[in-house]
Amino acid sequence: MTVPASAYLLLSAALFTLGTVGVLVRRTALILFMSIELMLNAVNLAFVTLSRVHANLDGQLAVFFVLVVAAVEVVVGLSILVHIFRSRDTVDVDEVDLLRG
Amino acid sequence: MTVDLRPLAPEVVVAAAALLALLADVFTRTSRARAVWWLVALVALGWAAGAVWTAGEGAFGVLYARDGLANALQLVGLAVAAGGMLLARDYLARVGLDRGEYYALVLLSTVGAMLMVASQDLLFLFVALETLSVPLYVLAGFARDSHRSQEASLKYFLLGSFASALLLYGVALVYGATGSTGLARLAGAEGSFPLLVGLGLVVVGLGFKAAVVPFHAWAPDVYEGAPVPAVAFMSVLAKVGAVGALVRLLPLTLPHLLPAWQPLLAALSAATMVVGNLAALRQTNLKRMLAYSSVSHAGYLLVGVAAGNGTGVWSAVYYLAAYAAMNLGAFGVLTFLERAGVEADEVEDLRGLADRSPALAAAFAVFMASLTGLPPTAGFVGKFYLFMAALQGGLLWLAVVGVITSVVSVAYYLRAAYAAYLGPGRAGVRLHPGPWAGVGLGVSAAATLLFGVLPGPLTTWAQRVAALLR
Repeated sequence: MTVPASAYLLLSAALFTLGTVGVLVRRTALILFMSIELMLNAVNLAFVTLSRVHANLDGQLAVFFVLVVAAVEVVVGLSILVHIFRSRDTVDVDEVDLLRG
Repeated sequence: MTVDLRPLAPEVVVAAAALLALLADVFTRTSRARAVWWLVALVALGWAAGAVWTAGEGAFGVLYARDGLANALQLVGLAVAAGGMLLARDYLARVGLDRGEYYALVLLSTVGAMLMVASQDLLFLFVALETLSVPLYVLAGFARDSHRSQEASLKYFLLGSFASALLLYGVALVYGATGSTGLARLAGAEGSFPLLVGLGLVVVGLGFKAAVVPFHAWAPDVYEGAPVPAVAFMSVLAKVGAVGALVRLLPLTLPHLLPAWQPLLAALSAATMVVGNLAALRQTNLKRMLAYSSVSHAGYLLVGVAAGNGTGVWSAVYYLAAYAAMNLGAFGVLTFLERAGVEADEVEDLRGLADRSPALAAAFAVFMASLTGLPPTAGFVGKFYLFMAALQGGLLWLAVVGVITSVVSVAYYLRAAYAAYLGPGRAGVRLHPGPWAGVGLGVSAAATLLFGVLPGPLTTWAQRVAALLR
């Protein structure tokens, strides 16, 4: 028995939604960051599945680019977070609130 | 198989200059030596502009287009980068942030924008968008010890990567619908449901970068917290990249789906103009006010995209060039001012500017008049073209919204301009003259006036882009 492609796409959509909701409701920068990574990996799953559906390699190629970009975002994002944590001892986005108006 | 890589020369030159600036900074100790490398980077930008100017037109592979739109917007992007570097030098030296990374990040971000306006593939567009964005996150937090700058960087980063993920899911859906991420395949695609949802998500991702309502919430916070020269640069460059990509994706690639995307773009444009201008009215912080002004200008630019016709496309290009001159200038004036060791960013801080420096106050008034859209400035001509495009595209209501919101914007732009002419100066506000920033400001002011008084040459130049429309 093979699992149909639609099942993978549904799983991908569910993970993506989970990530989106996570970004919208959670308040810790680190968790927000993890939610974004979840969204990117949901996209990866969709790309791989669709690559098989279309029987071409474009989708699998896309995954490499997404992985590289995700790694870049981790590097920059974590260095921003670490820097903020050092100077304020918090990464809660509700407490990082000097700018408003 | 051999591939002719010469069309890529401009991007290669700028990227090489960025890496050189980064590497040279490690071995550079004195401020004088830094200035040399800074000049080398400026020369590289000029070289790249020359390469774009002589590049001609012709498709290159399936990922990348060297066509009229790419050439025009790459020149605008390179001009923005040069402006950003001129405005930054004196400011960074004054506040003790004179490090080579700044210029390397500016150049890398410029490469991203250059690739974005030339990309013929959605995946390539995503990578280019990230090349544009990631250096901007760092630039927003460049004043590392300032809590406000750190916060700007964090907010920009989190919301920016969120928007990139949305765009990427859109790319996956388009791939699912057409079997390719290339625009070539997309050009003949039927408007199926997954395709339209995918395109919608791509538009959301690009709209975020251009600060389109309702994806603009980050802009005021980031612009207020980030160092002024970085804001001047990022506010314009991100719009060049995002609007360029939108123009290529919608009017150039998908004219047959116009009935599907035009209402969405027109609604986004109208909401952006209304919300941006109304929110700007109640700001007392000049950087925040200019941030909402930048939001409203994303709306004006979208008028050209929503119109979907040739006039819309070239007037968006014209307006980007005009916006680059006037917005770099408006933020550029702020780089001269300082209050008690921090940036003087309140509208009140401008008081008495005309007594201290008549030239600076006059330039500021020109930029404000141009952002409002008053003749004889570039902003007036640009808005005139955009609204004309809306009329030709059958969007009379959108042109009316544009005119009304422009009238509303008179209130806050002129309030800022008046403040500069009313004395006496606020206590504690100091004016620091800077030769390089002065050059940048002079060129911006001259361009703002020139494009307004003699719009002919720039118009002819921008109109060549419309030839791409099928």
